[in-house]
Amino acid sequence: MTVALSIMAVVFLLSIVLGLLARRGHPMTLEQWSVAGGGFGSIFVFLLMAGELYTTFTFLGGSGWAYGKGAPAMYILCYPALAYSLSYFLLPAIWRASHGRGFVSQADFFIARYGSRTLGVIVALVGVAALVPYLVLQFKGLGIIVAEASYGRVSPAAAIWAGAAALILYVVVSGVRGSAWTAALKDAMILVVVVAMGLYLPYHWYGGIGPMFEAIDKARPDFLTLGGTGRSTSWFISTVLLTSIGVYTWPQFFGGVYTARSDDVFRKNAVVLPLYQLLVLFVFLVGFAATLKVPGLVGADGDLSLFRIAKRTFSPAAIGIIGAAGLLTALVPGSMLLISAATILAKNVYRELVPTAGERRVAFVARALVPVLTLGSVFLTLHGGSAIVALLLMGYNVVTQLFPALVLSLGKSPRIGAPAALAGIVAGEVTVAAITLSGASLATLLPAWPPVITELNVGVVALVVNVMTILVVTLATRGRAPVTTVTRGSGAGGESAMASSVSPIA
Amino acid sequence: MTASRAGLRAHHWLGFLPTVGMLGGILFANRVRPLVFGIPFLFFWIASWVVATSVVMWLILRLDRAYERARASGEHADAEGGR
Repeated sequence: MTVALSIMAVVFLLSIVLGLLARRGHPMTLEQWSVAGGGFGSIFVFLLMAGELYTTFTFLGGSGWAYGKGAPAMYILCYPALAYSLSYFLLPAIWRASHGRGFVSQADFFIARYGSRTLGVIVALVGVAALVPYLVLQFKGLGIIVAEASYGRVSPAAAIWAGAAALILYVVVSGVRGSAWTAALKDAMILVVVVAMGLYLPYHWYGGIGPMFEAIDKARPDFLTLGGTGRSTSWFISTVLLTSIGVYTWPQFFGGVYTARSDDVFRKNAVVLPLYQLLVLFVFLVGFAATLKVPGLVGADGDLSLFRIAKRTFSPAAIGIIGAAGLLTALVPGSMLLISAATILAKNVYRELVPTAGERRVAFVARALVPVLTLGSVFLTLHGGSAIVALLLMGYNVVTQLFPALVLSLGKSPRIGAPAALAGIVAGEVTVAAITLSGASLATLLPAWPPVITELNVGVVALVVNVMTILVVTLATRGRAPVTTVTRGSGAGGESAMASSVSPIA
Repeated sequence: MTASRAGLRAHHWLGFLPTVGMLGGILFANRVRPLVFGIPFLFFWIASWVVATSVVMWLILRLDRAYERARASGEHADAEGGR
């Protein structure tokens, strides 16, 4: 027992040391702090991108879904792979429109493309509204992991406070460089832990992967196909499509894009990252192994299945290593979410309210916001009731509403005006809120329609409302004013955008 | 340099292949048997398409690189022809 705790403590301290060392030799302007001055090559960008997608949700939620829901869990393998195929085209385009312009946040991008500061504030608020619940999710995961892996010696609350303190420390000091360095440690550990567990557990408990699935299929015949447990192929396909386009609307991915030295980095990553995603398959194997061997975990408790079966199988030393890897899947994405949220609030909200604030002042406010955001999230984690769960469910649908305006802004000049983008986002968000708060589904909204339609993910509705609103506003305002290109430097794009892409920061 | 990477080209349509293959195929692949490498057929189908996604993106990258090289040497000869 003490062994497990000691191993976790060592890795925890190591991650803090790495996070602090990462700063060395770099002056911490806001641009350095948020996006490393745009100086990262393929490997660091890979670590950040993989780090942002491979969170506690993948580790605990992936095994929990396989354990409790079976085949529908496969959506967690599908949507990132498809998001990567989209990233090949999307991220270089975002990078080319941003590089050398000193952008640090997602809202900066929208402000520059559409020439509207109001739109910037809306995008900033949408981003923070989605980021905070996601941060809370990481803290919740952290509490579960440490409490389980320490055999109950450390309470979830104590673990969450310790994790919060570490985050504040290295995020304030090193910014995104700290995240990148700790991500290297995290990815190495998680790779070994997940593959080892995914291969060993089926072998240990069933004599192999094949016999394990034979046994599950015999005990629960509907478990390994879609539709058996109420989640149909309609639900699956619509959810994968929605979440895969939603991935790069999360604010922290914009930070990841700005860190890159060249747009070619994203093309290479789009080739490698899908293979990396196969790791999730091993997480599923753990959940499936647990489903017959540690039954009885209902609902959200399914997230405990990975540790419950691991503790019945491995020695405390191994549990310590698994716990340490899990700890990092909470801390590393947590640090990136914190940096994004703090940067957005400082640059796109504080600065809008206090236009006289200089660069240094904004950089200071961003870092000062880190403890504030962390403590707020810890409070929500420890005291937030069902409200936070509703927010979590909304998170993905909330950010996905930015997708139409994002895609339509790319190219030489935006295809729609700022009013249409703004109206689309607001209409989409209002729909998301209405649907989530009323608990509506397509089956309740359209009772007479066939299941193929009513089983679609309800997030589709908000996106349709969003796009329709964009269409209506665009048609209504057509011919009144040309599409604005105010802050875009030169309207010509292409060659002239290239000329200005020489970074002014040494 | 970077500007030559912008713009859609015919082979970029390949980018839809992973989505269409992975999700379109689910309508037919939603079954447990035959188990392939011990995993249910549906899981094998999806995992195969994840690998195929990587291969498709690699192919697009190669075609893009070839296109960019050809264009770069072409532009050199034209000495930046007007567009």
